[in-house]
Amino acid sequence: MPKTAYYIPIGPIHPALKEPIRVEAEVEGERIVRVDVKRGFAHRGIEYMGMKRNAIQTLYLSERICGICSISHPYAFVVTAEKALGIEAPPRAQYIRPIIAELERIHSHILWLGVIAHEMGFDSLLFWTWKGREKVLDLLELLTGNRINYSVYMIGGVRRDLKESHIKAIKDAITYYWKFTEQMKEIILSDPVYKARTRGVAQLSKEMALKLNVVGPVARAAGIRMDIRQDMPYDAYADIDVRAVVPQDIVGEAKGDAYDITMVRIYEIEQSLDIIEYCVDNLPEGKILAIPNYPALLAKIRRTKGEAIGAHEAPRGEVVHYLKFDGRDGPSVWKVIAPSYNNINSWAPLLLGAEVADIPIVVAYIDPCMCCNDRVALLKTPEGKVLGYEYIHKKAVEKTRKIEKEVRG
Amino acid sequence: MGKLTNFKRSLWVFHASGGSCNACDIEIVALLTPRYDVERFGIKLAGSPRHADVLLVTGAIPRDFADKLRRIYEQMPDPKAVIVVGNCGTSGGVFYDSYNIAGPIDEIIPVDVYVPGCPPRPEAIIDAVVKAWLKLEKLEKELEGKKE
Repeated sequence: MPKTAYYIPIGPIHPALKEPIRVEAEVEGERIVRVDVKRGFAHRGIEYMGMKRNAIQTLYLSERICGICSISHPYAFVVTAEKALGIEAPPRAQYIRPIIAELERIHSHILWLGVIAHEMGFDSLLFWTWKGREKVLDLLELLTGNRINYSVYMIGGVRRDLKESHIKAIKDAITYYWKFTEQMKEIILSDPVYKARTRGVAQLSKEMALKLNVVGPVARAAGIRMDIRQDMPYDAYADIDVRAVVPQDIVGEAKGDAYDITMVRIYEIEQSLDIIEYCVDNLPEGKILAIPNYPALLAKIRRTKGEAIGAHEAPRGEVVHYLKFDGRDGPSVWKVIAPSYNNINSWAPLLLGAEVADIPIVVAYIDPCMCCNDRVALLKTPEGKVLGYEYIHKKAVEKTRKIEKEVRG
Repeated sequence: MGKLTNFKRSLWVFHASGGSCNACDIEIVALLTPRYDVERFGIKLAGSPRHADVLLVTGAIPRDFADKLRRIYEQMPDPKAVIVVGNCGTSGGVFYDSYNIAGPIDEIIPVDVYVPGCPPRPEAIIDAVVKAWLKLEKLEKELEGKKE
């Protein structure tokens, strides 16, 4: 039978990712021969709106860049704004901020573990991991008042203090998650089917990772020791010796595939637990805001001229903000760089030569966050056989089942 | 809630996310997982709008997405209901003055239930789906009346 190239559009409505992006692939049989990733024409113009509002409004607008890393963008924003304005947050606030940020990392990583399990056909694993995720959401609700979009940071501090009862709840959650990560290692990392399904899939070598400029867990899984908390420490991270979690420290070598990235994410949850434990145990006393009066803060911003670049290590990689204050009560220039923007570069080279059944894993392994990027929304289907997401998902599940039979015998 | 007499099937929901920040979307996924578990009520996410009774829309709709949303809505069979989840779809929310927003969702397609909140709690979304259910019940009755 002669080989015919088929055209497969994935997205923009993607039932597992919940976000629109478009990946177009051309396949010959099972092999992908051409890939195109389309993004960047459906965006909300957040930077433009932020440059018209005052700094406090813009801070909470930055939270709406992404709802999953809803503390990462405000964190980078406050770090940058404090640098530009010459404000220093009180020590207590500098310790409360990492607690919230690391709790968010825990919920985001568990979320990803559920998504990748779903993409592979382990739906029970999705439900089990998400059941474990509810505990940290409850804790965040207790600490900040909302499950998602916490609105707890402020330029020069935080808006809510930690009480004794909160600290007890945090410690309970830490005990719960130490047990939970142990179980996750047992269930996910030791499972032969999971290993067979992810080993060698979405494999990114160190050279490729450097060339494609990937960041965060994707780069760390490829063996690159990069972490903003280690390279440019800020707040309490400067007191804690945070070291990038890389596979060569855990198992001896870094392969940079989907299995390694799972490992990196699970061990990062443990690292977050350590950081939270340290911050809670060494929480300094004192006030939580450098300038508690908001009109006074805005007046200071109006009087100050300055610019700065700041960064925060979000669950998906580094978030970089640039701010310039120029006689207005808000930023006159605001530029955001989100981690998924770099990480999506890895899709096209990884998909080339891969099987159709591996597309969901390659797409999901970087934990893409389209709303951090400009977003793509296309429904145009050219002529030719169009295979929807459902079909590819079915293929992914079938391949898992096949491997399951081979591995388990 | 009254007894359902006409709408005698499970409720299938299609979720369209256009320009949302993911917060509402992640709460919708949380609905499907064990804590909230809407599948016990027969509520299920469908992969295609052609199989869906209810359209859940999140996000402030960017200009490019407006006609796609209209197409998704048109693909759904009658009777159908539309739920808008989140402040930005209801009124524009924090994105009210953006140059790339096509306006509140009710200016693009007819909306039956609004769920305000940024993001709304999962319980609020369940409540909205129940309200949509009652609406579908009414629509189904009207359709049956037409047939007879």
